[in-house]
Amino acid sequence: MRYERPETIGDATALLASAKGRAFVLAGGTDLLVRMKSDAFEADMVVDIKAVAGMSDISETADGFEIGAAVPCAALGEHAGLVAAWPGVVEAANLIGSTQIQGRCTMSGNLCNASPAADSVPALVAAGARVRIAGPDGTRIVPVEDVPQAPGKTTLKKGEFIAAILLPKPAQRSGDAYLRFTPRTEMDIAVVGVGVQLALDAKGVVETARVALGAVGPKVVLAEQAADTIIGTALDDAALEALAEACSAASNPIDDKRGTAAFRKHVAGVLARRAAKIAYERAGGK
Amino acid sequence: MSFDAEFRNQQFKSVGSRPLRPDGIDKVTGRARYGADFNMPGQLVGRVLRSPHAHARIVRIDTSRAEAVKGVKAVVTAADLPDLTNGDAELLHILDNCMARTKALYDGHAVAAVAAIDAKAAREALKLIEIEYEVLPHVVDVDAAAQSDAPLIDETLFTGGVEPKPAKPSNVANRSEFGHGDVDAGFAQADVIVERSFRTEQAHQGYIEPHACVASCNPDGTADMWVCTQGHFVYRQICADLLGLEVSKLRVTSSEIGGGFGGKTHVWAEPVALALSRKAGRPVKLVMSRDEVFRASGPTSATSIDVKIGARKDGTITAAVAHLRYTNGPYPGMWAELGAMTSFACYDLENVKTVGYEVLVNRPKVAAYRAPSAPMAAFAVESAIDELAGKIGMDPVAFRIRNAAKEGTKSSYGPVYGPIGIGPTLEAAQSHPHMSAPLGPNQGRGMACGFWFNFGGQTCTDLNVNADGTVTLAVGTVDVGGSRASLSLIAAEELGIAYDDVKAVVADTATLGYNDMTDGSRGTFSSSMATISAARNAIDVMRHRAALTWDIPVEDVVWEDGHAKARGENYGNLAPLSVKDIAAESGKTGGPIAGHSELVADGAGVSFATHICDVEVDPETGATRIIRYTVIQDAGKAVHPSYVEGQYQGGAAQGIGWALNEEYIYGEDGRLQNPGFLDYRIPVCSDLPMIDTQILEIPNPNHPYGVRGVGETSIVPPLAAIGNAISNAVGVRMSHIPMSPPRIRAALDGGAGS
Amino acid sequence: MASVSVSTTLNTDEVEFLCQADETLLDVLRNRLGLMGAKEGCGTGDCGACSVIMDGRVVCSCLVLGAEAQGKTIETIEGMAQGSELHPLQKKFIEHAALQCGVCTPGFLMAAKALLDANPSPTEEEIRFWLAGNLCRCTGYDKIVRAVADAAAEMRGEAS
Ligand SMILES: Cc1cc2nc3c(=O)[nH]c(=O)nc-3n(C[C@H](O)[C@H](O)[C@H](O)COP(=O)(O)OP(=O)(O)OC[C@H]3O[C@@H](n4cnc5c(N)ncnc54)[C@H](O)[C@@H]3O)c2cc1C
Ligand code: FES
Ligand code: FES
Repeated sequence: MRYERPETIGDATALLASAKGRAFVLAGGTDLLVRMKSDAFEADMVVDIKAVAGMSDISETADGFEIGAAVPCAALGEHAGLVAAWPGVVEAANLIGSTQIQGRCTMSGNLCNASPAADSVPALVAAGARVRIAGPDGTRIVPVEDVPQAPGKTTLKKGEFIAAILLPKPAQRSGDAYLRFTPRTEMDIAVVGVGVQLALDAKGVVETARVALGAVGPKVVLAEQAADTIIGTALDDAALEALAEACSAASNPIDDKRGTAAFRKHVAGVLARRAAKIAYERAGGK
Repeated sequence: MSFDAEFRNQQFKSVGSRPLRPDGIDKVTGRARYGADFNMPGQLVGRVLRSPHAHARIVRIDTSRAEAVKGVKAVVTAADLPDLTNGDAELLHILDNCMARTKALYDGHAVAAVAAIDAKAAREALKLIEIEYEVLPHVVDVDAAAQSDAPLIDETLFTGGVEPKPAKPSNVANRSEFGHGDVDAGFAQADVIVERSFRTEQAHQGYIEPHACVASCNPDGTADMWVCTQGHFVYRQICADLLGLEVSKLRVTSSEIGGGFGGKTHVWAEPVALALSRKAGRPVKLVMSRDEVFRASGPTSATSIDVKIGARKDGTITAAVAHLRYTNGPYPGMWAELGAMTSFACYDLENVKTVGYEVLVNRPKVAAYRAPSAPMAAFAVESAIDELAGKIGMDPVAFRIRNAAKEGTKSSYGPVYGPIGIGPTLEAAQSHPHMSAPLGPNQGRGMACGFWFNFGGQTCTDLNVNADGTVTLAVGTVDVGGSRASLSLIAAEELGIAYDDVKAVVADTATLGYNDMTDGSRGTFSSSMATISAARNAIDVMRHRAALTWDIPVEDVVWEDGHAKARGENYGNLAPLSVKDIAAESGKTGGPIAGHSELVADGAGVSFATHICDVEVDPETGATRIIRYTVIQDAGKAVHPSYVEGQYQGGAAQGIGWALNEEYIYGEDGRLQNPGFLDYRIPVCSDLPMIDTQILEIPNPNHPYGVRGVGETSIVPPLAAIGNAISNAVGVRMSHIPMSPPRIRAALDGGAGS
Repeated sequence: MASVSVSTTLNTDEVEFLCQADETLLDVLRNRLGLMGAKEGCGTGDCGACSVIMDGRVVCSCLVLGAEAQGKTIETIEGMAQGSELHPLQKKFIEHAALQCGVCTPGFLMAAKALLDANPSPTEEEIRFWLAGNLCRCTGYDKIVRAVADAAAEMRGEAS
């Protein structure tokens, strides 16, 4: 195995594109190094992107925020502007692992690892985030939900990697929230995760909403019908109930070591209700 | 020399204080050396290949391609560990567990091992070992395994303990029964009867340090081993037996041990490391990965238990019965038997019967886990007792007090109790402010009791008085949680010197006589007994030296406050001699001063605890938080109260983890799904509240200072205490451990304790 | 496999080493540099026994490649005491009996140091959540949390 630390995006994509066998991008390594432990793992090259210029920066742009692919999640919580604009996304990212993991893990890695239980992904999808993908043929921008394909598989092509995550400027009177369920308070993988983002009109009626569910299917679920149940409401109890039901219905989970399908479907609804309330309050709703 | 172990009440100077532990600085600076922190020159890396099948016949093993890998120095299979057990079935099972002989009996069972110059070569070689398996049907569930049509783990096994001898082999290895009285007559007198079935899933000790050793078979026929173990003398014996070595030729040094809780009382890969070293002619270091620790070393049993208890309206229990089925892994043990013995040990019962069934399954060999087998039995019994109290309309503490065992009670497992602590811990619970604190919405309170025997056993200790008057204490019981501090306190107490003047070390097997394991909470109990005995022997020597110095008869020299004093009017002007004075002259008065002790420590006092727990349950998700926890336990005498509290808190925390989330999860294929700390969920710091402790001291009459074992009982009550608390919070009786959120949700939906 | 040459600052010393491309920082510390204070409890980031501080952040050294240490500043348990003068956290851990077997202790001390460097007055809850990546199976955490709180108080100059 070779270890490479390119300093430009061009070098990084060139290395990845020219790799003979299996090549992996290394961001925080909190998934990759775990996989490397396994006797079955084989790699010919890892390309550490942390030295690539710009990868470790969070910048506020005219359109919103640009988060470099190598920014560790701990740094997100230390960025006051980002916390104020996208508290749900930051909370989700800060739920990943432990303090030790936080110091290393990235949202891009969380996304590209393509685990259905990835915490930051439903929050990013709810927020309408996009990614900038760099590749041998230049860059392209795609919505976050289009990156994962199936457990452990992404839509990235050979030689491509995510250079940055792009978050829009939050709309007026909008708010987001992410909640997950885990048996332990920390150090656990989501049994269910729910991200909600909504914007209100001046009267406190939900104008737009996005709801995304994690760990209830092979990849993150953008639950549009569930979002529709609260649009046009002031998030009264009936609307919340409808939301919960729609989220349970949108869930198509499996029984596994982390929880049963029935439990996941039920809890998806419970968390959606709770997350929607938080987002609503953050949007200024009462 | 005869040793008087009888308890004598006295004012203590050192015992009961809280000095800094002697190994503290090494442990906070990273200097302390654990199993994997030791290297020998020229050492190789050892790795074990493990079966991916739960049950499979090994048809053929071809190691030739692995042997051809550059850097590989030895590959071993069962053929390199010939059967030298001479008909000793128990030893043969240990050998078979170290390296499968004809069948792989569980996912993770060792089938071959390699030693290579580095990890990379070892890993490559493992992949090149070819094994042809004939996969057999498997069974991992305790109740399924006990059925007559279950796949047989051992075709030659017939259930023991039943008459007449069964005609067909079975996975039920043994049946054991305890009790007295007439339970049918007892139930006939009952006004209320509770009958219920319980299940508990398999939990792992979860020590943070994986098993690790460095083994070296030397050209001169001797061998050395550095290993993390709870009992290096026992490891030496077993390894020597399995490898055909003379015991004196194998020297075993115990490293600092990063937790054991019973799991490091059994050998796992150590004989394999020796076999690799013997074949390679070089030292071999073998460290288990966490995955191997979970798949192939020591979990506790999974159980299925039926309990029936009857009582009169006045609160007297009239009869109690429990049938307990415990998984043993693939080899027979006595885990259900221990469960059957402990089930009703807290109570004074006229009619009681418990029956234990040892059930073989395709899971790793069960190992001791802190008060082994007692927590599951206590979960079933204490849940039923709680329910019974509720049905009678009695307060659960008062109900237990009414039926509690006391001095003179014939225990359900046979012996008659001496002075015991169950009543006092219950009374302390009754008056504890925790018991009457208000509860909020969705909160519930539960309490439960627990019992453990405690063991004594063979112990050997050396106490050397150095020329400067300081004392070196060499013990053979491994320090698993501060026992060097406790034993130093004991030596200081007995000799009448300062704690700082005593240095306790754990001696290796070549420098001290045989010692049993540090298990059964015996570390402080038995080694303290041996330490007192050794100190008294050293005092005898020092009295003789003083007599010689003064030229008076030794009978006239007494030992008081750390000094030899001449007794009698004639000696009025003789100034007392301190340990330092006597030691300074020892070269002239007869040479080095030492006290030795070899004894079998009998009479480890039984121990009891009562725990109180408050939980808050989120009814929508089934998530449970422990919001308050109190441990009340009898220590006999707390030698170093901080470490006694630590044992109470640690045991409670392990019990909390087991109660709420820890479990072995097997797939349909019989493979363990969660062999890692991310999915085998032991409590993390943010999961727990502070754990309050109350130490009671009801002296053990069979120990000079009244000490009882304190290490184990604290894991016994939590499963039941939390079960009772959750049941009170949600209004549904929980009967399946762990009470994970999906199980609580299912219970709420179905109204049954799923 | 090609070796990687790495220079790094380790406990204030300039250190150079060669390692394999897939070797973890934990293995480098333990097997190449002889620093055995960081322990491997799991090798997969779940237990925190291997915690070290890298460029001011506490990380699991089992999830860092040795090669990634290039140009970084790394603190391990071996550098925590100043000569024979223990760090207040080390003292408080012994005083409060916050260790039993002690195998988790180096990791806890590293994580706790990073906490107090960032937050001199953590609440009990903050301590508990910060330390959630460090598993201890012996103590039930009670005495560890007290030791950290007490060390923080002492470092703030408050009498304990
Ligand atoms: C103890 C522990 C606890 C954890 N807890 C959680 C949790 O609570 N929630 C959760 O969601 N996850 C959890 N994880 C998983 C992991 O920490 C997260 O998925 C993390 O966000 C991964 O980020 P990373 O930068 O470390 O990824 P890496 O390990 O560096 O990479 C992950 C994968 O993505 C690829 N990759 C990385 N960056 C890019 C890029 N920019 N472009 C293309 N491909 C890329 C890598 O090649 C690799 O295949 C946990 C892991 C551990 C060890
Ligand atoms: S060894 Fe690194 S976290 Fe466990
Ligand atoms: S003291 Fe043993 S794991 Fe913490």
